[in-house]
Amino acid sequence: MKTGFNFAYLDEATKRMIRRKILKAICIPGYQCPFGGREMPLAYGWGTGGIQVTASIIGKQDILKVIDQGADDTTNAVSIKNFFKRVCNIMITDRTAEASLIQTRHRIPETTLNKDQIIVYQVPQPEPLRKLEPKEKETRKLHAYKEYALMHVKLYEEISQFGSVIKTWAYPVETNNRYITDPTPIPKFDNPKMNNMEALQLFGAGREKRIYAIPPYTKVKSLDFDDHPFEIQTWDECCSICGSTKSYLDEIIINNEGKKNFICSDTDFCKSNLEKNK
Amino acid sequence: MYVAVKGGEKAIKSSLKLLEKKRKETGTKSIEINQIKEQLSFAVDRVINEGSLYDKDLSALAIKQSQGDLVEAIFLLRAYRTTLERYAYSTAIDTSKIIIKRRISASFKDIPGGQILGPTFDYSHRLLDFSLMREDEINSYENINNQEPKNKEFPSVIDYLNNENLLEQEINNLNDNPFDVTRDPMKFPASRDQWMQILARGDEGFLLGLSYSAIRGFGSKGTHPFVGEIKYGIVDIFISPDELGFEICIGEIEISECQMIDQFEGNKNTPPQFTRGYGLTFGYNERKSMAISIVDRALKSEGYGEEIKFPIQDQEFVLYHADNVEAQGFVTHLKLPHYVDFQGELNLIRKLRNEILQGKKL
Ligand SMILES: [Zn+2]
Repeated sequence: MKTGFNFAYLDEATKRMIRRKILKAICIPGYQCPFGGREMPLAYGWGTGGIQVTASIIGKQDILKVIDQGADDTTNAVSIKNFFKRVCNIMITDRTAEASLIQTRHRIPETTLNKDQIIVYQVPQPEPLRKLEPKEKETRKLHAYKEYALMHVKLYEEISQFGSVIKTWAYPVETNNRYITDPTPIPKFDNPKMNNMEALQLFGAGREKRIYAIPPYTKVKSLDFDDHPFEIQTWDECCSICGSTKSYLDEIIINNEGKKNFICSDTDFCKSNLEKNK
Repeated sequence: MYVAVKGGEKAIKSSLKLLEKKRKETGTKSIEINQIKEQLSFAVDRVINEGSLYDKDLSALAIKQSQGDLVEAIFLLRAYRTTLERYAYSTAIDTSKIIIKRRISASFKDIPGGQILGPTFDYSHRLLDFSLMREDEINSYENINNQEPKNKEFPSVIDYLNNENLLEQEINNLNDNPFDVTRDPMKFPASRDQWMQILARGDEGFLLGLSYSAIRGFGSKGTHPFVGEIKYGIVDIFISPDELGFEICIGEIEISECQMIDQFEGNKNTPPQFTRGYGLTFGYNERKSMAISIVDRALKSEGYGEEIKFPIQDQEFVLYHADNVEAQGFVTHLKLPHYVDFQGELNLIRKLRNEILQGKKL
């Protein structure tokens, strides 16, 4: 099938440049590697970094899954899948276990990923210190010197004001005992999945033109204090569709009186779980 | 019951159809690309600039396709330019060899070569011309009694000041490989070639606002710069392929150029000199070239050792936020679902409130 574009949209020289940056990023886990990000036909902030990483590593044999907020059929995930269908003509799946390549925004699938899979995160802001120090010139120095007092003080201040760290998403992690890394706006519920993950984790920030990586089997630790250990979210309710008590739940308002229900955010997990329980 | 957020595929298809319907529903005549090019030329010129691709036909197409949303048109052109191969870098254009259409100086009453007003809205009274409501005939204009512009030498006016060393020199320190903002990630401290490219592609409204802030009082010296010279005309583009070893002309482009003379710098050891700011754009974009020249001067502050006090002097502030393709993307991404993150915040705020409310009861 002719698409009118090079396979996966980007020209081969650009893909090679991006793959070299990915290799560098893998060699220095958690380090934000600048790359010559290109303008894509999708808007900045809508996954252009992830799309460029995916486009650079995708092959004809790959089976692609794209999720947004854990779901395969949210509009932006559909739009990204349509883009790759158009410029790659490859297989697309909703099944986490079937996919060789998973591009995600804001979630890590509940199903454990394996060593033959790669997960590509869309990154809005790669710099975990940006809210504490707006200048890139300064934050690069702070990383180079492993000078992370700013971040620890921030977490400490939250504990002293609220009794606990109040970051519920994009909860900062330390990668391989070295770089503080932004896990992207995934809920902190997903942070433990990053630790020692068998799959390769790649992160693409299009607007900010950064790529970073966490190689398989790398230690990823959510920042905490001995007397205030890191905790993930829990729910009193279970999924109203599949009954799961172990998955991340979304709250939905089901009538005008504001009655709530809870359902799995990971639609593929919910479906499989329902089938299993039948 | 939770259909609203799912079923994206169908929704996208319908949305695209509705967009097309919006353009066509009243059954008016389709606008020709040529009509846009000729009759909305300022819009076309804005889009080639910020889209950073000198192609007026594609610019007009983008304006038509985006239904007049210029930021969207700019985005379309940018996405297209990504797919183009890069054959060569042109040599620096020489704006003294120009087919001039407009040239003014606000600093000197008379200049060699003369002041040429050219086409400008400046002295039009901004009164709606109701005769345009019904303008049925094919457009044609009577030849205005006007000498055809001849290709002439128009050396930069403000270089006359150089004879007395009153003006800072523009030092040609371009290396063979100029910074390329479309290929290289941003670097700080930024080099001038880097920031000039970003300003040329930057959002006109953002740069206009910034430059206004500087001359209103949020600028390095709070003083008033002088327009040394503004030019609008046609220049030749040359490349110098390695295998040829000499320059060949590959075409011509319209440009607008602004040379701004700014507050002098100096100290006990260096005699005072005027500083300068420079602005260059594709096409006829005079207002933007002026804005760029003011921002350019402000970004030089660090190099002059001036105190960085205002947003316009701050390289990271200006250069990271000038691009409207980046800005519109990131601002509008807030429309995307964030319910996973919002759920986290909901859980937390309930927990915190419970802790406090129960604590009070005790
Ligand atoms: Zn479920």
